Amino acid sequence: MKYQDIELLRFTTAGSVDDGKSTLIGRLLYDSKSIFQDQLDAVEKSSKNKGFDYVDLSLLTDGLKSEREQGITIDVAYRYFATPKRKFIVADTPGHIQYTRNMVTGASTANLAIILIDARKGMLEQTHRHSFIASLLRIPHAIVCINKMDLVDYSEDVFNKIVADFKAFATRLSISDIQFIPISALLGDNVVNPSENMDWFKGSTLMYHLETVHISSDYNHIDCRFPIQSVIRPQTHEHRDFRGFAGRIDGGVFKVGDKVKSLPSGFVSTVKTIELNGEAITEAFAPMSITMTLADEIDNSRGDMIVRENNVPEVGQDLKVLVTWMSTTPLQARTKLVVKHTTNECLAVVKELNYKIDINTLHRIEEIQEVAMNEIAKISIRTSKPIFYDAYKKNRQTGSIIIIDEQTNETIGAGMII
Amino acid sequence: MSNYVINHLRELESEAIFVIREIAAQFENPVLLFSGGKDSILLTHLAKKAFYPAKIPFPLIHVDTGHNFPETIAFRDSLVDKLGVQLIVGSVQESIDKGRVKEETGADASRNALQIISLLDTIEEYKVDAAMGGARRDEEKARAKERFFSHRDEFGQWDPKNQRPELWNLFNGRKNYGEHFRVFPISNWTEMDVWEYIKLENIDLPSLYFSHQRDCVVRDGVILANSEFIKLKPGEEVVNMTIRYRTCGDMPITGAVKSEADDITKIIEEIATTRITERGGRADDKRAETAMEDRKKQGYF
Repeated sequence: MKYQDIELLRFTTAGSVDDGKSTLIGRLLYDSKSIFQDQLDAVEKSSKNKGFDYVDLSLLTDGLKSEREQGITIDVAYRYFATPKRKFIVADTPGHIQYTRNMVTGASTANLAIILIDARKGMLEQTHRHSFIASLLRIPHAIVCINKMDLVDYSEDVFNKIVADFKAFATRLSISDIQFIPISALLGDNVVNPSENMDWFKGSTLMYHLETVHISSDYNHIDCRFPIQSVIRPQTHEHRDFRGFAGRIDGGVFKVGDKVKSLPSGFVSTVKTIELNGEAITEAFAPMSITMTLADEIDNSRGDMIVRENNVPEVGQDLKVLVTWMSTTPLQARTKLVVKHTTNECLAVVKELNYKIDINTLHRIEEIQEVAMNEIAKISIRTSKPIFYDAYKKNRQTGSIIIIDEQTNETIGAGMII
Repeated sequence: MSNYVINHLRELESEAIFVIREIAAQFENPVLLFSGGKDSILLTHLAKKAFYPAKIPFPLIHVDTGHNFPETIAFRDSLVDKLGVQLIVGSVQESIDKGRVKEETGADASRNALQIISLLDTIEEYKVDAAMGGARRDEEKARAKERFFSHRDEFGQWDPKNQRPELWNLFNGRKNYGEHFRVFPISNWTEMDVWEYIKLENIDLPSLYFSHQRDCVVRDGVILANSEFIKLKPGEEVVNMTIRYRTCGDMPITGAVKSEADDITKIIEEIATTRITERGGRADDKRAETAMEDRKKQGYF
């Protein structure tokens, strides 16, 4: 059955206010025929009520009451559509500076980022910011859409100038795969259907890129990492001695018969069985949720990690972290925090605030006293117990942490381990 | 090197199982909100897989409005029996009898809003700290912004402007005394994904989902089952129709669709060509454009 064998692509959209982001998503949904009649009726009715003489596709994605009133998106909203080739999950994030936290949130799970630039305005500070965040969060693929080409007479020169500007800026980023496409989200040029107004553009449409970009190597399939979520012990007559470790694989390929090592105990054993939801399989890789049994009785529990004997992660208590601060209370040195990393949770203390990064220029700001909401900084923390981690650039799962306020329990920071 | 990829259904399954296991690990008294609809049946199936060969380590809660389809109740009881899992029933009728809530009157009276009180009462009675549900983000505009782990204050309310950011697969279930979480493991599934997966896994569903003959009343363009819970308005008449349901709510408010689809394959074909969203048949969402958001803030699923 064809439908069941398609891949899932998660992408995020970033743009400034009025870049036409919601319109672009509306266009993708509309042209891929993912909009139902009753949704379209509702949007047509609202467009008419507002006095528009066209159907405002952005109304399809602007969800909450307050944002309908203000006409802006204020939070991460998730959208879904599918074509015969792929299923897509879109994290629609706002472009305001005060909502950096939402962009980071949307970017954290994305395979691909769409960066929108208004053809009339070219590169703006916000473009730098969005691109930097995509790079920082190690989104492997980016598509830069130069939008509103209809308002610059579909000019090739305008397009080329913006592409050159972006490329000059992108030398400082770490996104390996960047594509450029001239589009009009409002009129549909090069979104799903090729534009008849831009013969000079020889590339393919946005939808074609989304459907074909190579994503199977986006996960780390080299370094085996299996954080234990829970231990399954049925203790029934039938499964008296069953002791399975449940979790989701964060990296590498585990095979039955592999020699593995358990952290922090250091005990070595062999993979006896791998079960995927009750069915025995011979190998498993990210992002599968599995249950693993080992040949020897090892007393593992939640927060422990199973790895290969000769390929272990870093083990330590002193971490250098790039943190995005998400709380209205600024971060200061010597603050005590709760850190969540894979299936582990522990206390931590901020040893030092090293520097902030100006996300518009990427310059470092040294000798800082605090980190305010929506700022990005390099900090040094010490955890109350050793954790098993990789650098974020090596593994997005084992290299990431969230920071929680011990008093309010709010999530106040997102960190990438250097 | 072989190509290490899993298809989208297996990826969604893996994500949901991860979330269900997190709930069991992070909370003391988690429950699964079982409505009897296909999404909560799917969720129960995923929970079974998540802990196999152990049993599901938390009870199912069903809020019985007293207006349920008899087919839903029969299906629920047989499923619970098969899985050997505990069932807790919260009753809207009981809340009405106790004077906790007042029943709506008139021809369009619905017990949908009353469920909120019964649900919150049940959550309090059993000291539930995490209630997982089968809601999906593609169902309705307000749900598109819902988190996997959705924090509720001590009054059970949702604050859409103050949601915890969710990054990577790190879910923050920490809370203060008296607060609880709603958790939605199948947030990222669409209606099509649900049906494709039900087919792939051969999951049993109540007969309501398949084409059958039923006495119906057409009200404001919505096909409703004729039952003791519905009062005919002047000019309305009972018609026997060939229909099926796309969701299973209360009898007086759940709209049916005319359909000949009597097996999963035909249902999938029907959905692939259909032009009305699933909740388009729910009379409760039509009251106002932001109806769902208003109910969610009060503590609806």
